[in-house]
Amino acid sequence: MSGPGKSDRLLVKVEALHKSYGDLQVLKNVNVEVPRGRSVVVIGPSGSGKSTLLRCLNLLEPIDSGIITFDGQDTAPLRKAAHALRREIGMVFQNFELFQHLSAIENIILAPMKVLGMSEEEARARARKLLEKVHIPEKADVFPDELSGGQQQRVAIARALAMSPKLMLYDEPTSALDPEMIKEVLDVMLELSQEGMTSVVVTHEMGFARRAAHHIVFMDGGEVVEDAATEQFFTGAVHPRTQRFLQQILR
Amino acid sequence: MDSPEFILKYLASATFAKGAGMTLAISVLSLAFGMLVGLVVALLQESRLAPLRGAAVGYLWLFRGTPVLFQLIFVFNVLPLVGLTFSGFTCAIIGLSLNEGAYMAEIMRSGIQAVGRGQRTAGRALGLKDWQVMRWIVLPQAVRIIIPPVGNQFIGMLKLSALVSVIAVEELLLIANQTASANFRYIEALTAAGIYYLAMTTVLMLLQAQVERWAKRRGRRPSVVKAVSLTQRLIGVTAGEARTR
Repeated sequence: MSGPGKSDRLLVKVEALHKSYGDLQVLKNVNVEVPRGRSVVVIGPSGSGKSTLLRCLNLLEPIDSGIITFDGQDTAPLRKAAHALRREIGMVFQNFELFQHLSAIENIILAPMKVLGMSEEEARARARKLLEKVHIPEKADVFPDELSGGQQQRVAIARALAMSPKLMLYDEPTSALDPEMIKEVLDVMLELSQEGMTSVVVTHEMGFARRAAHHIVFMDGGEVVEDAATEQFFTGAVHPRTQRFLQQILR
Repeated sequence: MDSPEFILKYLASATFAKGAGMTLAISVLSLAFGMLVGLVVALLQESRLAPLRGAAVGYLWLFRGTPVLFQLIFVFNVLPLVGLTFSGFTCAIIGLSLNEGAYMAEIMRSGIQAVGRGQRTAGRALGLKDWQVMRWIVLPQAVRIIIPPVGNQFIGMLKLSALVSVIAVEELLLIANQTASANFRYIEALTAAGIYYLAMTTVLMLLQAQVERWAKRRGRRPSVVKAVSLTQRLIGVTAGEARTR
């Protein structure tokens, strides 16, 4: 166990995480820390293990070895009842994954009602506030297939927030969006980050990383190559692989 | 009396109406229980436990590998030998439901699998337990997907139910046959029965189109459920298939 001061500061601590699919090692000795109230952006070429890392954090993926500590607790014993941990961790997906048979507001109230046992009335009231927060209060009763990608993703963010999570995970939240819709989603994420929502964001949006991230992790080939405070990362990234990637992406 | 008069007389008779009612009752009940059996088998197939999956495969093997007529006669004649005596009607429901379940399982399974993996992941990520994901996210979407094939099964069942005349259930075909054998007016009695069958299947097809239109309006992407012509319906093309043709 680490000292009490340190585990208090950190919401998530990943130590020596290893994971493979058969012969393919997707995560090699990954160490990442996420301080409370901070946003960590994870970047790297596709296939570098970013999304897998994210899915390990809320126990959607089994791991081979390593320790994932969440909110001061080792998560290994929690795996059998992982659903209890997942209610404290919101997740936003590249393809939104709104429930197609439910309207926007029904998407948002489902988990609070079924998981937290909230009354429909209370859940709806909170959902309306969340829809305002993501700037689409008028879309409450609209079905996913009638929403634009950007609107769908904002509903998905509201859906995750409805569980009052301690941590938000964003898995390439703007990769499936048309360029003109990217900003509306990033704006919402930025606002949340500024309000102190702890988050881990896998993204290629370097502008967002610069503005919202407190820390940037660069992964390549399943390894953490660079892990630095944002300012330091953009000005003094040291590793040649990091520099090469930045040159490609900032070109 | 001329033939047309006999036909009209049969069509209006209480016996034929009762026979048609019996045919409909057997079809509805067998379809309902068959869906239940199918859902259970489909969920067993999705199970993480190998013995449960094995049981499901065994069931499918047994009921798909033997004729339904054999299954009906087996239920009717063998169950009493082990102390289970049921009426012909109950045997008909048991036999047809168990047989239907073996086919319904595949429909249910394809419906469940058509709901994307990502939908389940999203549900689990929200803290829902596996059964809650199934109940609130997967099944409601699967239902909309399986509506067209289930409609086909219903129409098929209506026709299949004629088989239970061999275990002395007084449904439409048996009634027609009995009536005809009394006065040898086979053409008239069977024509009347045929008209009843056609009327029922036609109503069902229209109903099916109506329900599909509802499913199309309420949820899922519009392209999933497409209009199916009457001809396509007659040869058993479902909306899901029509899309890919």
